[in-house]
Amino acid sequence: MAVLEFFGRLLLGFLEGLGRFFVLLGQTLRGVFRPWDLRALAAQMIRVGIDSVPVVFLTAFFTGGVMALQTYTGFARFNAEGFVGSVVALSMLRELSPVLTGLMVTGRAGSAMAAEIGSMRVTEQIDALVAFATDPVHYLFVPRVLAAILVVPMLVVIGNATGIAGGYVIAVRILGANPVVYLSNSFQYLEANDLWSGLIKAAVFGSLLSLIGCQQGFDTRGGAEGVGRSTTSAVVLGSLAILIADFFLTKVLF
Amino acid sequence: MAEPVRVRLSGLKKAFGPKKVLDGLDLTIEKGTSIVILGRSGMGKSVLLKHMVGLLSPDAGKVEIDGEDLWKSPSGKRNNLRSRFGMAFQEGALFDSMNVGENIAFPLRRLTKLKPADIKKRVAECLELVHLPGIESKLPSELSGGMRRRVGFARAIAHQPEILLFDEPTTGLDPIMTDALVRVIDELKRRLDPTMVTITHDLKVAFSIADRVALLNNGRIVADLPPREFESSRDPLVAAFVRGDSQLDPDAVD
Ligand SMILES: Nc1ncnc2c1ncn2[C@@H]1O[C@H](COP(=O)(O)OP(=O)(O)OP(=O)(O)O)[C@@H](O)[C@H]1O
Ligand SMILES: [Mg+2]
Repeated sequence: MAVLEFFGRLLLGFLEGLGRFFVLLGQTLRGVFRPWDLRALAAQMIRVGIDSVPVVFLTAFFTGGVMALQTYTGFARFNAEGFVGSVVALSMLRELSPVLTGLMVTGRAGSAMAAEIGSMRVTEQIDALVAFATDPVHYLFVPRVLAAILVVPMLVVIGNATGIAGGYVIAVRILGANPVVYLSNSFQYLEANDLWSGLIKAAVFGSLLSLIGCQQGFDTRGGAEGVGRSTTSAVVLGSLAILIADFFLTKVLF
Repeated sequence: MAEPVRVRLSGLKKAFGPKKVLDGLDLTIEKGTSIVILGRSGMGKSVLLKHMVGLLSPDAGKVEIDGEDLWKSPSGKRNNLRSRFGMAFQEGALFDSMNVGENIAFPLRRLTKLKPADIKKRVAECLELVHLPGIESKLPSELSGGMRRRVGFARAIAHQPEILLFDEPTTGLDPIMTDALVRVIDELKRRLDPTMVTITHDLKVAFSIADRVALLNNGRIVADLPPREFESSRDPLVAAFVRGDSQLDPDAVD
């Protein structure tokens, strides 16, 4: 019985959270079509972007490198070493760069949004916004969500380039691949769709991680401890949402 | 001639979980009246104040501002009603991402049509009033608790709202600062004739700024009298409060 109740509660909590998410999503979307502050958007873009560039850079570089190492080991078994470059480029653009960038930005910026808005909640700053006739969802969510939608694809472009560079360095410097052949193979089989599908994913991930970060912060309850909880769940839920959305997006965008 | 009613609360009920904080509370405040609300700590004074601007919605009962039902109005209208208020929060609730000047400018930017230069002048003026001239560029985190409260007070009066709500404006201030703030309130009353609701534990402050003094106890207003009569009331609850005598209040030791 207790087990049933436990899972029932878990499910209810999940559905409630999901419902709440869509309500706030709707309010944010409506907010986008009301005048908003361009300076606030710019400030958020700088924060999300600058915060995340170093980690995206490092993550993509080493992931590209490890992809080259791993595929080389496998492909060498059937004399297809020449295609290492193509595989690295393709998987970076379509899959690894968007997902890893999304996860990294969730850890840096999504959590920061939850912490900032959460502490505004517990110190009554959100009440103060409302008291001054300001819609807090419009004021706080719209610039953050728009910034993430715009910035995450830019970061993914950086990730694509560094990932391919990482693969190149490993392949050419360590595995002794021919630099010219490697590079031409990297780009020869790429299609425009590979880039675009990755960027679309990135924009969706950006909207998910920022909305979840904002929502977790906004619904914070109970002091400093509550802010900590919100920050953690912004990262956990944001990452989960990205991985789940990735599957469905891949299915749709193939 | 009777002044028109600005704020009317009728049958207000609010509970947090099992705890009934407001329990059928009625209160009417006419234009230009300064009412002070007294009550033991944790009795729900702040909760009552938050109901007036619609920061909390009642479980039952009605909040009317200038004859309009706050919670029956569409949200645009509700914000319009809110823009008639200026509220100073118990803990200041300053926006900690903005400096002091931007904090005080916030209601001016959002709720008035003042030009930037006039906003700057008005901000300086308000800081003078609370004896904190020239601290515009300081961040809230660099201020003491009392300074933050005074900046919160300055932010509440900046846009010269018609209805002022002060949640313990003088708590934690030294006697000289308290006197200065009382003078500011007197001056406001004389110049702008606002409707004013003040929460305080300081009876001296209460009796010097109030037209009416009300006592909140167990979720209702149990006394609502002019200061003189309040001071000399024989009602046991009121008398206990005025004399600060825990023996006289039957609920005091629980
Ligand atoms: N958001 C909330 N959630 C749960 N309980 C709350 C909430 N806000 C207030 N309360 C409870 O309502 C009661 C009244 O709180 P309130 O802050 O109005 O007291 P107060 O009269 O202003 O006290 P003080 O003089 O100490 O400021 C308290 O018992 C408090 O625990
Ligand atoms: Mg209080």
